[in-house]
Amino acid sequence: MMPGGRTQARAAWLFLTPALIFIGVFFFLPVIAGLALSLTNFDIYAIGHPENVQFAGLANYRAMVHTDLFWTALENTLYFAFVGAPLSVLVALGAALLVNSRLTRWPAFFRTAYFAPFVTTLVAVAVVWKYLYHPRYGLLDAGLAALGVHPVDWLGDPRWAMPAIILVAVWRSFGYNMLIFIAGLQRIPAELYEAAELDGAGSWARLRHVTLPQLAPTFLFVGVITAIGFFQLFAEPYVMTGGGPLKSTLSMVLYMYEEGFRWWRLGSAAAIAFSLFVLVLAITLIQLRLERERTS
Amino acid sequence: MRRRWASVALHAVLVVGAALSLFPLLWMVSGSLMSTGEANSFPPRLLPHHATLAHYAALFTQLDVGRYFLNSVIVAGFATAVSLFINSLAGYALAKLEFRGRERLFRILVAGLVIPAQVAMLPLFLLLRSLGLVNTYLGAMIPAMATIFGVFLIRQYVLSVPDDLLDAARMDGASEFRIYWSVVLPVIRPILATLAIFTFLSTWNDFLWPLVILSDNAKYTLPVALAGLSGEHVQDTELMLAGSVVTVLPVLAVFIGLQRFYVAGILAGSTKG
Repeated sequence: MMPGGRTQARAAWLFLTPALIFIGVFFFLPVIAGLALSLTNFDIYAIGHPENVQFAGLANYRAMVHTDLFWTALENTLYFAFVGAPLSVLVALGAALLVNSRLTRWPAFFRTAYFAPFVTTLVAVAVVWKYLYHPRYGLLDAGLAALGVHPVDWLGDPRWAMPAIILVAVWRSFGYNMLIFIAGLQRIPAELYEAAELDGAGSWARLRHVTLPQLAPTFLFVGVITAIGFFQLFAEPYVMTGGGPLKSTLSMVLYMYEEGFRWWRLGSAAAIAFSLFVLVLAITLIQLRLERERTS
Repeated sequence: MRRRWASVALHAVLVVGAALSLFPLLWMVSGSLMSTGEANSFPPRLLPHHATLAHYAALFTQLDVGRYFLNSVIVAGFATAVSLFINSLAGYALAKLEFRGRERLFRILVAGLVIPAQVAMLPLFLLLRSLGLVNTYLGAMIPAMATIFGVFLIRQYVLSVPDDLLDAARMDGASEFRIYWSVVLPVIRPILATLAIFTFLSTWNDFLWPLVILSDNAKYTLPVALAGLSGEHVQDTELMLAGSVVTVLPVLAVFIGLQRFYVAGILAGSTKG
């Protein structure tokens, strides 16, 4: 260590202190407390009288797995994530290939147009989409009617409400993934394409044998990031459906919010939050595993 | 000839895609300018018959949207300023200063990135409640003031700053804070811009946390207020579309003005996942 290492170490801790206090006290500590909270009977009576809180072991988790609503919320969330995230990734890949094509003029304009929905406020665009989905005055049904398709009550029909929310989420999220794909495409060495062309590979063969394999790491990253984001579905059902009809769009975070902040059953809500965490962790571990297999 | 057709087909798909992508936003603006009831006519209309700003006026005179707008500006603006300072200090220390346990600390922070914020939310609410911070601007800002992502973003960028630059300043007898302030900050301006945009947009757009921590109308940020209003005023389509425009316009403006930095930040975050 160079001289002055001691003052450097002191400065380092000084510089880190504000961030570590905020992240430690307002993030890591609550995460640990959340686990503890899920093991208690904390409810509305405990808010004014914390001395009433009792250790409850796994009671919240036991009650949770015996509640139909929990399984509905889990199923809806998995449906949303496992249909919505791959769709978002596919649309993003298509958009990236088009925008990045050598023939494309004004790529910057198209990139911005596709990306713009991502920066918008979710609550605001959910309000807008709610009107677009209106069964009588909505433009979506009007457009479909012009194509001869019968009108659908998108947000009022339990079969269609979740697909309608998926469409909003894909619309809003694909631009972000597209940017990451474009960066991945631009990292592919041009020699690979030249070599393929010399071998007589057409554009389809080049896509299949050069582009897609080279994008494999990007795929993994984008897929996992998107799935994790999609597991946290909340604002769309809160604004557009309130979790209905018939609980068909009740997500885990919405369920947690209602348990915790509407009914003030914080112990039970914390157990839901932790199941969400386990789900996200499992997806992340699968990603790491796949990443290792790919590189080894 | 074949190439020409390929180009036409490609641009046709691109244009249709752009139209679909922008349509909800364009219709939001168009509908907000329609006169009352026009957006609920059958068959539906795309453009206002006579454009009017009456709904915008109503938002600010009858629904107190100016207040919510101000709340959003305060929360997002303050959180952004504070987070720039705190995150850059910590990111610089993690990248360039020697101390024991640096690697371990970094690994712990990165591991924290996989924990969804909702897990911390319930106890955080109880903690802020006991500190008297429920229904305060500070309470709404706290989760954005220092973030693992922000520290990480700065650290990755500062790693590329040459050590010679810092050592030269040290030789001249500059204090560590002086080095951070007058040597490091000026050269990392691009990533500071990126972090500023990220923090501003995510705080402005955030919904769940302000919904939980702000209990009084007068403190609501725009998304929380809009979600409430859109329930009460379901029938007032044009009014709610105008409210959506007011909520979205500032972030779209920030994004379009500073796109360069924003895109750079997304790519920086993706290359080192």
